[in-house]
Amino acid sequence: MKTVTELLGEARFFDGLRAETIELVSGCASNVQFDSGTPIFREGEHADSFYLLRHGSVALETYVPARGAVMIETIEAGDVLGWSWLFPPYRWHFDARALTAVRATAFDGKCLRGKCAADPALGYELVSRFAQTLIERLQWTRLRLLDVYGHDGER
Amino acid sequence: MTASAEPDSPPAGAMVPRPFLLRRRRRETSDTWTLTLEPLGGDGIEPLPGQFMMLYAFGVGEIPVSVSGATDGLLTHTVRSVGAVSGAICAAKAGAVLGVRGPFGTTWPLAEATGGDVVVVAGGVGLAPLRTAVQCLERTRAAYGEVTLLYGGRTPGDLLFRRELDQLHRRGKLGLDVTVDTAQHGWAGRVGVVPKLISTARFDPASAVALVCGPEVMMRFTVAALLQRGVAPERIHLSMERNMQCAVGHCGHCQLGPTLVCRDGPVYRYDQLAPLLEVREL
Repeated sequence: MKTVTELLGEARFFDGLRAETIELVSGCASNVQFDSGTPIFREGEHADSFYLLRHGSVALETYVPARGAVMIETIEAGDVLGWSWLFPPYRWHFDARALTAVRATAFDGKCLRGKCAADPALGYELVSRFAQTLIERLQWTRLRLLDVYGHDGER
Repeated sequence: MTASAEPDSPPAGAMVPRPFLLRRRRRETSDTWTLTLEPLGGDGIEPLPGQFMMLYAFGVGEIPVSVSGATDGLLTHTVRSVGAVSGAICAAKAGAVLGVRGPFGTTWPLAEATGGDVVVVAGGVGLAPLRTAVQCLERTRAAYGEVTLLYGGRTPGDLLFRRELDQLHRRGKLGLDVTVDTAQHGWAGRVGVVPKLISTARFDPASAVALVCGPEVMMRFTVAALLQRGVAPERIHLSMERNMQCAVGHCGHCQLGPTLVCRDGPVYRYDQLAPLLEVREL
């Protein structure tokens, strides 16, 4: 069985990171599993971790009165789940629920924030990678705002 | 694509609609119908994947509609009701007669794609003009490497050909990834935009040919993702939509820069189309 450090070394999110940095980060990581349908976190709860999905998919949801739970986005294997651990007030903004059986690496947010504060180079690396993920999701969200499949009418 | 807007002579009778009988009508979504048409006399029509026909609702008007199927002389069209003419066509009952002209336009480059991977990217009703290409790819599967269909829609209820997609997935001859922009609890598939699927889809960017059809904005984002993945501009093909009226290069309504979409399109190579897409007024 692979160690957490080995698994992180294979992860797309950590591509190009030096081995000693991965070793440092893996000190805050552990492997976790969620059965299909299991809540991973709930909106408003304390955000103390993030997840790197290795297998399965997760739905980000929010509850809309009279509509029920609305799926905002799905997060797939290879993607990171959760960035609320990085910024105050450290509260989840949405619900996350395992859509399938999920295997992931969970990172202790407080532990990682401590290591980033002690090692600004590590902090810069991690924040840069999260920023890239944030930008990609922001661009896709902007595309969805256009509602491109709506009616244009005959021209 | 040619650089001249001077049209060639259209084929004789290309402006005269032929009567076709509406044999069947099947509802796909809340506003989209698939119609099967049979010629009333004369030979059947055999359009190639990517081509379009002009459908005439008598007394209402005529619109261009892509071909979503063609077998045994029967024509299949999938039409979204968005205006007076498409509304009349969608509302026509079995036994009604519609006028048909065509086929017109360029085709998906399926022969050119042989030997390599093919990635098909469809958004919304953009799957309709790609359906015949997908059917052809599945029939001649051994001629290609990886074949992947990426399909995005607004909601699960807006996805076309759901049963066919399920069967396609079960047969396992083509890779299939479906996503929707939004969904309620209970949808087990992906939620997100279709260009997002490109970064992890199974194809070799060096050998892949991409066939893309959907709203123009969706195609722009899709092309950006394909280029980022390493697909060469000349291997990306888009199906364009403009205001086509005569369909034979005479009226000029569908002009796109120096080209006419009815004659030089609807399927264009991206490297030839890119300079035109940068001009907002076109």
